[in-house]
Amino acid sequence: MAEELRLVSHWSQRVHEVRIGATKQEGGSRAVTLTVGGQGALPFLFKEGALPHPPLIAAEVFDVIDEDWPETLCRDLDGMSRDPVRWAGTMIKDVQADLVCLKLSGTHPDGADKPAAEACDLVKKVLSAVDRPLIVLGCGDAPKDNEVLPVISEATKGERLLFGDVVQENYKTLTAACIADGHSIVAESPIDVNIAKQLNILVSDLGLPLDRIVINPTIGALGYGLEYAYSIMERARGAALSGDKMLAMPFICFVGQETWRTKEARVPESDSPGWGDARERGIMWEVVAAMAMLQAGADILTMRHPQAIRIVKHAITELMKG
Amino acid sequence: MALSGLDIYKLLPKTNCKKCGFQTCLAFAMQLAKKAVSLDKCPDVGAEVRALLEEASQPAIRLVEVGAGDRRFAVGQETVLFRHEEKFHHPTAIGLIVEDDVPASGLAHVLKGIHALEFERVGQKIGVQAIALHNKSGEKGRFLEQLKAVRAASSLPLILMTSSAATLKEALAVAGPERPLAYCHRVTDLASYISVCREFGVPLAFRASSLEEFSGATRQAVQSGFADLVLDIPEGRAADRLWQLTQMRRLAVKKGERSLGFPTMVIVDTAVESEAVCQAAAYISKYANILLLRTVKPEHILPLLTFRQNIYTDPQKPLQVEPNIYPIGDVSKDSPVLITTNFSLTYYTVLGEIESSRVPSYLICMNTEGMSVLTAWAAEKFGAEQIADTLVKFKLADVVSHTNLIIPGYVAMMSGDLEDKSGWRVLVGPREASGLPAYLKNL
Repeated sequence: MAEELRLVSHWSQRVHEVRIGATKQEGGSRAVTLTVGGQGALPFLFKEGALPHPPLIAAEVFDVIDEDWPETLCRDLDGMSRDPVRWAGTMIKDVQADLVCLKLSGTHPDGADKPAAEACDLVKKVLSAVDRPLIVLGCGDAPKDNEVLPVISEATKGERLLFGDVVQENYKTLTAACIADGHSIVAESPIDVNIAKQLNILVSDLGLPLDRIVINPTIGALGYGLEYAYSIMERARGAALSGDKMLAMPFICFVGQETWRTKEARVPESDSPGWGDARERGIMWEVVAAMAMLQAGADILTMRHPQAIRIVKHAITELMKG
Repeated sequence: MALSGLDIYKLLPKTNCKKCGFQTCLAFAMQLAKKAVSLDKCPDVGAEVRALLEEASQPAIRLVEVGAGDRRFAVGQETVLFRHEEKFHHPTAIGLIVEDDVPASGLAHVLKGIHALEFERVGQKIGVQAIALHNKSGEKGRFLEQLKAVRAASSLPLILMTSSAATLKEALAVAGPERPLAYCHRVTDLASYISVCREFGVPLAFRASSLEEFSGATRQAVQSGFADLVLDIPEGRAADRLWQLTQMRRLAVKKGERSLGFPTMVIVDTAVESEAVCQAAAYISKYANILLLRTVKPEHILPLLTFRQNIYTDPQKPLQVEPNIYPIGDVSKDSPVLITTNFSLTYYTVLGEIESSRVPSYLICMNTEGMSVLTAWAAEKFGAEQIADTLVKFKLADVVSHTNLIIPGYVAMMSGDLEDKSGWRVLVGPREASGLPAYLKNL
C-alpha cells in the first residue's frame, strides 16, 4: 500500500510567549491581559504544532497627527483623532481592536516638542480610559525618547506595557527602564535577520528576559517592498522553530503606519479613476498588507482604519478555526 | 526531484570507459547533474537507469499552460516552499468567475469590468489572466450561448466549468483550439472529462476531497496517458485549505511525490467581498497557482495583484530600470533635475511623486545595479564620483541650461564632495519621496 501522504515538519522549539498587560492582582490595572507567541508551527498549520494565541490587532492612536492624512481616513476617524483618549476608547469599545498602540509623535523636537510630563499624563489618561493592554511608542528621536519613555515607564510601573522601539544604536536607556519597571520591549532591526538577532542579544545581555522582547522587522507597505520583510520574517521564524532562541520572539508589524503613506491608499478617485473607490481602496491596501504579514508569522499588527481592523479581525477568527 | 551528481554516479556503469568524452564516470555524473550533457553520451547505461534519470529530471511540479496566443499563461513548476530559498516561478493566475445565467446586458457590464483590471506597477503590466465560465444554469444550450458571447467580447483565456462532460465536449468543439482549462467538479466524472480533454488536447482541473483521492486520481490519469492536470482544493475552512496546499507543495518538492506534483487551484466563493480578498491574499501567499474570484472591483483586485507581484519578485534579482535621463511632464531647459537609483521600487516611487507634483522635471536614473539609495551609497555605487561620471556620460549639460542637481536627502553628506567633483550646484531634496511634491513646488 502507498505510504501515507503527509509530510509534517518536526520543530525543536517554540516561540517565546510574551504577555502584555497586568491585572490588579499582578500589580497593574488591566481587566484583560494578552499573550502572543508560543507557536510550535508555521502560521495556521494547526496539524503541525501548537498555535496557542491568535494574532492581535493594536489600534494606532497618536497624541498629535503629524502627517497629512487622506481625506477618507480623516472622515472615518472624524471627531476621534483630535482627542487621543476618546480615540483609544472608541477603537477598543466600538471597533474591538485587541489593544491600543499609542505613538507619542508629538514629543518630537522638530514637531510639537511636548515635554515628558505631558506625554506621561496622556499615557495615564489612556490607561484609565481603556481596560486593555497598551503599547507605547516614542517619537523616534533618540535623545528625546530617552528622556520621555523612562518617565512613562516609571509612572506605569507594574502595568507590563510594551515599549518601543529600541534600535542597535539606542537601546540601553529604555531597556534599563523596562527591566526596572516590569515592562516589555519592541526591538527594531532594518529588514535584517542578523541585526534582529544581535539586538536581541544586546538587550538580553542587559538583563531583560527573552520573553519580554518583540521583534519589529521593519515592514514595507504593500507594493513598496513588503516582500523583503515577508521573507525576513519567514527566515527568522524558521530559525526560531529550529532552535535559535535569540530569534524566537513574536513579531510586531506596523501595517497602518506604512499603508497610509502609500499613493494607493491616498489618491482620490479623480486622480486615478481606474483604481476604484478611494476609501475602499485604502482600506483594502491596509487589509491585504495585514493578511500578508499574518502568513509570514506576524503576532501583532498595528492598524489604523476602523473598517480595516474589523475586516482583518474577522479574517483572523476564520483562520484560527483550526 | 533533482538528483545530485553522486546519486547519478551510483546509477552509472562506473567503468570509466571514457566513451562519453569524460575521464571518469563521476565527472560525467557531475555534468549530468548540472544538465550540461545528455545521458545519450553513455552507450552502456541500461533502459531502467535511463527511465529513472529521466523521471528525476522532470520538474517536481508539472507546468500547465492555459490559453493560446498573447494572453496564455503557465502555472506550476515551483521548486521551493519559501521564496527566500530560491524564488517563486509562475505567478498565481487570477481568474474571475462569470455565470452562464447572467443576461446579455449584465454580461457586457461584467466583462467591461474584467477588462479594466489591467494596471502598471514598477514598469510591469499586471492584470487578471482568465475568465471562468460557470455552468450555473446546468443547461447545455445556455452555457454554449454564453460561451459564444464571452468569446466574442474577450480574448482572455477561459476556464470552462461545465456541469457535464457532454457540455464540455460541445464547448471544446468551438473553443478547443484556444486551449481553455476544463474543470471537473466531481471526481466520479473524471474519466469521462479526461477522455474529452484528451480528444481536444486541453488541460483539466478537477476537485477531489482529500490528498489520497487526488493522488489516486492523478495516478490513474497519468497511467492512461493524460497528465495535464490541475488540482482544485475543496471548499473548507481556510486553515484546512492552507494545510492541503502546503502538504501538496511539500510532498511534491521535498519528497518527490509525483502524484501530487501538479499546479493547484483555489475557488474563493464567498459573497462578502472583503472576506474574499482576505482569503485570496492568504492563498496567494501559500501555494495557490490558480485563484478564482467573484469580485471585479479594481479596489479589490489591485491590492491582490500588487501582493502577487511582491511575492513573485525574484529575491536575488531586484527589478531594475534602464539607466537614463527621463523627462517627466512638459519639460524645458529650465526644468529641475533630480537623480535617483535604478532600483525599480525607488525609481517608480520617485517618479510617481514627481508626477503628482505636476512640476515638469528631469529624473536621472543612475545605474546602481538595482540597489536602493542608501545601500548603493554604502556600496559606492551612488557616490560623488559615480554621480559626477554619470552626469558627463548622459551629457546633462546639453539637456538643461542651468547647473542645479537635486540629490536624495539621505545622501546629503556627499553634497560638498559632489560639487567639487562634478562642478554642479547640489541641492538636497527630501529624505522620503513623499516629500517631493512640496519640495518641488517650493523650489
